[in-house]
Amino acid sequence: MLLSENFKVALRALRANKLRSFLTILGIVIGVATVVALLSIGNGATASITNQIRSTGSNLLNISPGRQQVGFRGGGETRQASHLYYEDYELLQRTLTQNISAIVPTVQSSYTIKYGDQSLDTSVSGTTAGQKDVRALQVANGRFLTDGDNKSDALVAVLGSQIATDLFGSTPPVGNNISINGMKFMVVGVLESKGASFASPDDNIFIPIQTGYDKLFGSTAAFNGKQTLNAILISVKTTNAMNTVSAEATYLLRRSHKLKPSEDADFNIMNQADILNTLNTVTQTLTIFLGAIAGISLLVGGIGIMNIMLVSVTERTREIGLRKAVGATRNQILTQFLIETLTLSLLGGIIGILLGVLTATIFRVTGLISSVITPSSILMAFSFALAIGVFFGLYPAFRAANLHPMEALRYE
Amino acid sequence: MIHVENLTKTFEMGESAVNALNGTSFTIDRGEMVAIIGPSGSGKSTLMSILGCLDVPSSGTYSLDGVAIENMDDIQLAEIRGRKIGFVFQQFNLLARTSALENVMLPLTYAGVRGKERQEQALKALERVGLADRTQHAPNELSGGQQQRVAIARALVNEPAILLADEPTGMLDSKTGMEILDLFQNLHNGNGQTVILVTHDPFVARHTDRIIKLSDGKILSDEINPHPILAGTPRPEEVI
Repeated sequence: MLLSENFKVALRALRANKLRSFLTILGIVIGVATVVALLSIGNGATASITNQIRSTGSNLLNISPGRQQVGFRGGGETRQASHLYYEDYELLQRTLTQNISAIVPTVQSSYTIKYGDQSLDTSVSGTTAGQKDVRALQVANGRFLTDGDNKSDALVAVLGSQIATDLFGSTPPVGNNISINGMKFMVVGVLESKGASFASPDDNIFIPIQTGYDKLFGSTAAFNGKQTLNAILISVKTTNAMNTVSAEATYLLRRSHKLKPSEDADFNIMNQADILNTLNTVTQTLTIFLGAIAGISLLVGGIGIMNIMLVSVTERTREIGLRKAVGATRNQILTQFLIETLTLSLLGGIIGILLGVLTATIFRVTGLISSVITPSSILMAFSFALAIGVFFGLYPAFRAANLHPMEALRYE
Repeated sequence: MIHVENLTKTFEMGESAVNALNGTSFTIDRGEMVAIIGPSGSGKSTLMSILGCLDVPSSGTYSLDGVAIENMDDIQLAEIRGRKIGFVFQQFNLLARTSALENVMLPLTYAGVRGKERQEQALKALERVGLADRTQHAPNELSGGQQQRVAIARALVNEPAILLADEPTGMLDSKTGMEILDLFQNLHNGNGQTVILVTHDPFVARHTDRIIKLSDGKILSDEINPHPILAGTPRPEEVI
């Protein structure tokens, strides 16, 4: 008997019980759709995080204060808070010259910002002109901070796009005065939006770092009489030089912080690649996790198919007996029922993929969740559905094939 | 044609074993019309399964058309069933929601006959049972007698060596039953078709040339019936 005849027989059997066939494949449809949709959401998250990190600037080293805690450290040792100082920045600026395009200090604190009767709380970053290039910021209106602003302790501010909208609405902000913690600053520029992203500048206000130390931050940016920093960003010219620069900075900072060789560093140097890897690991775990949940629903769908096929075999016992009586071999019966299950899971797989792609597209188009549909996730969902069809179809098919023809014919 | 010798069939029923057939031997020649009769539990179903190659005996030999059957495997048995044996059942066993023509084509499908040839052979078989005008009807659109005719056409379509009928009139009223018996007699007399009729009904059995009586898995008697009843003759009780 030809395979095509087997398919015809299978399709007729499925058509004979339309509602039941539909309900049976529903499990597979939902399972496959969930796999496709969730995987594309997971992939979308990975892609958008990667893009965001790339857009914050390339070849960046981010130095932040804090001890890297490795393992459990016993003892009653009281640990001093660790700090980065402005003099650390000056040291790096003075000493590191090769392979560097810019070194930028940042000190950050939250304040209440007012314009007219609008008021909001956000973080204010004191920094230098280099911030713009290092983080690849784009100015939409006006200008960014300059070296001159820092030298002259100018009371000027550059607004992130979200802050500008929230404070000013449709009024052009440049040239107007805002109040930060009660102190007047003139808006000299507004940044372009980078979108809601990792460390987005949209919710930030930038002011000259010297102005910040002298007039705004006060004790929040001082420790032991020294001016502190929240971060130092080093933009390295080439990717290859990242490790060298990182090692040099580590050496300089350890020496200036007077750390003994046995002591852990009281600062962290994060490489962009490290951040990217860490986040990718997280999103990949998330994707696998989502896929696994969807896989479980696919498994449940498979059990549904097996259940219905077992019912079908029992119902059609006499038919199976008859087919055997008129010359069907064990293998032909096995093939027939296996093809029926395969047809169910194949149909379910195709409908599920369409539904999953549709769902993912709706997510993307409406901007609800970013999603990326990859051929591999479709292929995976589809082959998984087929595998489930074969796996859960085998047992009912074997049961049908092994029926004794005479007993099957006499079955009531 | 059919030669069985010392057939036994033992079924394991838990601890004990039941002998459904207990050393049965007989020969049926080509063109004979034979009834196998016995009460339920006499072993006639088991004998029919073995004669129909649906099962193999526990011991003994069975040769069909000169071919030894007793040691065949599943694939060989299926082929013999498809080519040499035509089954007719009490319950008709037609595929539901499937036209008469397609029901009759089923054995040809498994025998590997394709396309136009398959359809022509099936139409011819339906013609032989007088259903040329009902080929596209599904079983639920046919009367009981017509359904049994479709089943007989399905049994005949492969030109089988033996037509094996298991209580073929059991589900039919007496008039329709007679029509079916008439059809069997015509196939036997007109075409020399070998017919084996398995029944519990002595009146049905007396429509054949030879009656084999079974009891407890053994042949009680094996007699020629010199004057088979012509189909259509009323039952003796009905005369009164």
